[in-house]
Amino acid sequence: MDALAITLQYVFTGVAIGSIYAMVGLGFNIIYNCTGIINFAQGEFVMLGGMFMVTLTTVWKLPVGIAFPIAVLLVVLVGIGFERIAIHPLKNPSVLVLIMITIAGSILIKGLAMFAWGKEARYLPHFSGETPINIMGATILPQTLWVLASLLTVVVGLAYFFNRTLIGKAMRACAHNPDAARLVGISVKQMVTLSFGLSSGIGAIAGVVITPIILMDYQRGAMLALKGFGAAILGGLGSAPGAVLAGLLIGILESLGAGYISSHYKDAIALIVLLGVLFVRPGGLLGSADVQRLKKF
Amino acid sequence: MKHYISLAFFIVVVMGLPMIVRNPYYVGTLVFVGIYSLITISLSLLLGYAGQISLGHAAFYGIGAYTSGLLATRCHLSPWIGLVCAAVVAGVLAYSIGRPVLKLRGHYLAMATLGFGEIVYIFLNSTVELTGGPSGFGQIPRFAVGAFSFKNDTRFYYLVWVTVIILLVLVLNVINSRIGRALRSIHGSETAANTMGVNTASYKMQVFVFSAAVSSIAGAYYAHYVTFVSPATFDANTSILLVTMVIIGGMSNVWGAILGALLLGTLPEYLRTFGDYDILIYGAIMLIIMMFAPEGLAGIAAAVKRKFEGTLVPRAAA
Repeated sequence: MDALAITLQYVFTGVAIGSIYAMVGLGFNIIYNCTGIINFAQGEFVMLGGMFMVTLTTVWKLPVGIAFPIAVLLVVLVGIGFERIAIHPLKNPSVLVLIMITIAGSILIKGLAMFAWGKEARYLPHFSGETPINIMGATILPQTLWVLASLLTVVVGLAYFFNRTLIGKAMRACAHNPDAARLVGISVKQMVTLSFGLSSGIGAIAGVVITPIILMDYQRGAMLALKGFGAAILGGLGSAPGAVLAGLLIGILESLGAGYISSHYKDAIALIVLLGVLFVRPGGLLGSADVQRLKKF
Repeated sequence: MKHYISLAFFIVVVMGLPMIVRNPYYVGTLVFVGIYSLITISLSLLLGYAGQISLGHAAFYGIGAYTSGLLATRCHLSPWIGLVCAAVVAGVLAYSIGRPVLKLRGHYLAMATLGFGEIVYIFLNSTVELTGGPSGFGQIPRFAVGAFSFKNDTRFYYLVWVTVIILLVLVLNVINSRIGRALRSIHGSETAANTMGVNTASYKMQVFVFSAAVSSIAGAYYAHYVTFVSPATFDANTSILLVTMVIIGGMSNVWGAILGALLLGTLPEYLRTFGDYDILIYGAIMLIIMMFAPEGLAGIAAAVKRKFEGTLVPRAAA
C-alpha cells in the first residue's frame, strides 16, 4: 500500500467510529435542547443497544432485520424509564444534582449490564459478511457502510421529525422557550420524556451497528459518551449539523493520530480536542449564540 | 467557639480509636478513610463553598502518588521530600489548567475536568518505561523519621489522621474568615460577588490549586502506605466516588466531608458479600441520595434539628 492508500485506510476507520461519536453527540443535543441537561448516561445507551442486539441475534437467533428494531425499542424503554423514575419527579434540581443523578444512572445501568452480560467483551457477527470492498487501494468493511447508512438515516429522520411533524415542532418550541410552549398547550414534561426516548434510541442504533466492529463490553459507554460530548461541543452544543461534522472530524483525527503518532494516545487525542475547544471556543465551530446559553448555568 | 468543642471531641475520638479497634485490617480501612478525608475536606471547600464541580480530582490524587513514588524508587529521595514535590507538581498543574477550566460553569466544567482526569489516566497507562504502564510499580519505601519507620498500620493511622486534623483546623479557620465569606458569595451568585468587589477568579483559582495540592499529598500517603501504585486506582470512577463522598456527607459542611469518606470508604466492607455486584448498590445509594436528599446527611440533620427546635420553641419566643 502506498502512503495515500494508507491515509485513506485510516480515514475510513475514522469515519466509522466518527459516525458513532456523531450519533452520541446528536443524542446529547436532543436532551440538552429540551432540558438543558447533559445526560452523562448517554454512552450507556450505546452499550445497551449493542448488548441487546448480541442477545437477540446469538441467543434468540433472530435475523438482523427483526432484532435491530427490537434492540432499539428496548433501549428506548430504558431511556424513558430512567427519565420517569429519576428526573421527572425532581422539583427545581440544581445542575450539580442533575449531573450526579445521570452519573448514578450510568453506574446503575453499567452494573445491571455486568449482571446480565458478564464482564468479558461480547462479539456480534457482521451484518453483511466480512469481505472487504476495495476503494483506491484501501479497503472498507461492509459493516462500515451499515454505520454510515445508519448515520444518514438518523440525520434525515431527525430533520424530518423536527421540521415536518407536529411533535417535532413542539419539541423545538420547548427548546426555544419552555414557558411560551406551555402557554400554547404543549406539555413540556412529556416533551422531556420524549427527548430521553429519542436520544436513547439514537444511541441504541449507534451501539447496534458498531458492535460487530469494536466488540462491546459493559464499561465501554463512558469513553464513547466523553467523545460524543466532544463532538457535541466542537460542533456547538445544540447544533445537529455541527455534531455530525465534528463527530466525523474527531473520528478521523483519532484514527490518523493512532496510525501516525501512537495508538497508546488514541483516546487522549479526542479528549485534548475536547479540552482545547472548551478552552478556546466554548461555542464550538458552528455555534455562536450558544456562548450566550453558557450563562444559563 | 462551637467549632473548637467539636474539634476537641473529634481529636479525642480519632486519637483513641486505635485503642478500641485492635484488628490491623480495620485500622488499615481507617487509614484509607483518613486518606479520602484529606481529599474530601479540600474538595468540599471547592464544591460546597466555591461551588465549582471537579470530576477530575483522582488525577491529582494519582499525580501525587506517582510523583512521590517515582522520586523515592528512581531517585532514592526521602518520601518527605517526595510529598512536598507532589504537592508542588499538582499545584503548578492545577494552576496552569485552572485558568481556562475555571472560566467554565456547570456541565462544561464537569466534562472538562472529567476529560482532564481521563487524559492523566491514559498518560499513566501509556508511559510504560517510566511508570510501568497498566501494571504499575511497587517497592515504594515507607515514611520514616530517623530509625522510626511508619511501618505498621497503627503508626500510619496516626500520621494520616494528624494530617487530617491539621487540615481541618486550617480549613475551619479559612471558612470563618474573609476568604470563606467570599467563597460562599461565589456559590450564591458569581455576578453579585463580582459586583461587590470580590475577585472571584482569583478565589476560585486559589481553592482549586489548594485542593489539588492536598489531593496530591493524599496520593503520596497512599503510595507510601500501600507501597504499590497502578493507574486503576486513579480512574474516573475514583473521581466520581470522591465527589459522591462530599455530596453524601453534605456539600457545604466540612464535617460532612469526613462523614462521607467514612461511609463510602467503609462501604466496600459491608458490601463484600455482594462481590462484583456492589456497583449496583453503590449506584442505587447515589441515585436515592441525589433524588431525595441532595443536601446530604448534614442537610438531613439540619432539617431534623430545625423541625425539633420548631416544636419545642415557639417561633415568637425564638
